[in-house]
Amino acid sequence: MQSQAKRELLALYEEPDQAADAVERLHSAGFDDNDIEILSSTPYPEGAFGEGHTKHRLFAFPFAGAACGMAVGIAWIVGAQVSLPIITGGKPIVAVPAIIQILYEGTLLGAVLFTVLGVLFESRLPDGVGLYDDRISEGYIGISVMARERRMPDAQIALEEASPIDLLSKEGSLMHAPGTT
Amino acid sequence: MQEPVVADTKTSNRELLDFVFAWPAWFFAVGGALNGLLVAAFVVVILMLMFGLQFLGYSHPVYWGFLIVNFVFWIGVSHAGIMVSAILRLTQAEWRRPVTRAAEVLTIFSLLTAVQFPLIHSGRPWRTMYWTFPYDWNRGAWPNPRSPLVWDPSAIFTYLTSTILFVYVALLPDLALARDRAPNPVSRAIYGVLAMGFRGTTRQWRIQTVAGLLLSAIILPIFVSVHSIVSWDFAVTSVPGWHNTIFAPYFVIGAVHSGVSAVVTVMIVMRYAFGLKRFITRDHIDSLARLLIVVATVWLFFFLLDFFFGLYGTEPAEVDTWQRRLVEPPWVVIAITFIICAYIIPVPMWMFRAIRRNFFWMFVTTILVNVGMWLERYMVVVPALERKSGLTFTYGDYAPSLSEFILVAASFALVILGFLTFSKLLPIMPAADIKEGQILADRIRVGRANVPAAMRE
Repeated sequence: MQSQAKRELLALYEEPDQAADAVERLHSAGFDDNDIEILSSTPYPEGAFGEGHTKHRLFAFPFAGAACGMAVGIAWIVGAQVSLPIITGGKPIVAVPAIIQILYEGTLLGAVLFTVLGVLFESRLPDGVGLYDDRISEGYIGISVMARERRMPDAQIALEEASPIDLLSKEGSLMHAPGTT
Repeated sequence: MQEPVVADTKTSNRELLDFVFAWPAWFFAVGGALNGLLVAAFVVVILMLMFGLQFLGYSHPVYWGFLIVNFVFWIGVSHAGIMVSAILRLTQAEWRRPVTRAAEVLTIFSLLTAVQFPLIHSGRPWRTMYWTFPYDWNRGAWPNPRSPLVWDPSAIFTYLTSTILFVYVALLPDLALARDRAPNPVSRAIYGVLAMGFRGTTRQWRIQTVAGLLLSAIILPIFVSVHSIVSWDFAVTSVPGWHNTIFAPYFVIGAVHSGVSAVVTVMIVMRYAFGLKRFITRDHIDSLARLLIVVATVWLFFFLLDFFFGLYGTEPAEVDTWQRRLVEPPWVVIAITFIICAYIIPVPMWMFRAIRRNFFWMFVTTILVNVGMWLERYMVVVPALERKSGLTFTYGDYAPSLSEFILVAASFALVILGFLTFSKLLPIMPAADIKEGQILADRIRVGRANVPAAMRE
């Protein structure tokens, strides 16, 4: 049963080249991009560490939000006019030119709200699960591997071969623990 | 291409977060003085609520004075933030990096200040709820969507909400940085909650980049709509001098002129007050000044269009309004001052590279622009209402009261205090964005020249 449980290792590297080397070694050891997370304090160009293209659906969120915003805008503004019908010299109760402003704002507000929700969803936030180390914000690059217990020795070897400054598990640093290199 | 910022990550972190974690004495002194002004304004508002709008000196036929002028002015300043930030993000201009956050935050506090003025001006702020929100089920009174009193709040609410969310999304990596660098467990916990566990995974960075572009693209049309709708507060009336089809673009470009100038002023103050000399350089101010030359000239074009269209219509009331604005005292003095401050002094000065790269002169000229732009709004609003009405033959002068001057001063205090408080609690410079610029920066040889360059995906 224990070999089925997932564990996480986090290695810290000083240079991007070392981090890219670690990712390459992990790929060679049979780990794929779903098992590996690259953590940095600043965005690097996509593929800088040999990782694959990040797929996401963020572009769909503004369209869905715009449709919802427009629907709410119509319901609000048409509802308000129908509820209080102000008769103005034969003009229609629901005055389309006047409600265009509200529909416009409602549509764009919906698009913004959904985009922000999409950002959180696609970024997998809130996230309080994964391993992290404050040194990443000092410029170190973290390579995290999440895999089954039985595969951890392979991951540890691959990470160590790329010369990390530290190697962490949930229990703490493995670099200075007895029995490790 | 500007010279990239040269600093290692630790130095950048320390310098960018220095003001967030430090408590300089001047912060309390300035904060106290600004709060004093706000207390004075609060007293004025309470007295106005007790005695009515006549306490501020408003009377028939000039009911729109300093309060509405201030509303239009701060809405205008708020436009710079998103204009600068969104356009520079969309065009991936390298020099945007230290500029965007300050511009966006200026938008938030300018907008929050702007909305106070129609509320105060209504005389009974709590009743404005009836005009805007369809909630009065018992009385069956609903908002009238044919009125700009409904358009305005919807546009401003959309703009304010969008800007706050835009800033928050871009702030996530910097909140994570503040969490990691926080000096005590309490602030670490607070920044931790706000950062929502942001760890800087490749996926999170990718989404940040795409979100910046998407939100910029969505917010730009909102930005255009807001000041257009503010201009329609005037233009959809039949008041001579206001009823003009070019008011929307004229107001929008005026807002950009005023707002970008305010961004330059704020950045120069930040450079010295927050110790950001390494990050806000002469290149940034130079680039913004070049942008301002174009914006100011387009604004002047629209101002002249407004004037010529007013005259060419030969509508007596319209011509009369322009005559009052440009010829009769005291308006002639205000008109000359505003055009000198908003264009004649600054733009020729900005033509010189030495001026554009001089912090002192850029500070002075951008302050002048905003003095001019405030007077421009004053000149648009008040003289049009001072005309002699047909049939009733009522007319009257308007003289601003001391209370209104206090409210105007307090509005500046509110924006400065808001900006200062934000800078004290949260990183005012987008640290991740700046550090990305350092990573992508390089120098290349072109012939015998060694020039700065930047990689781009």
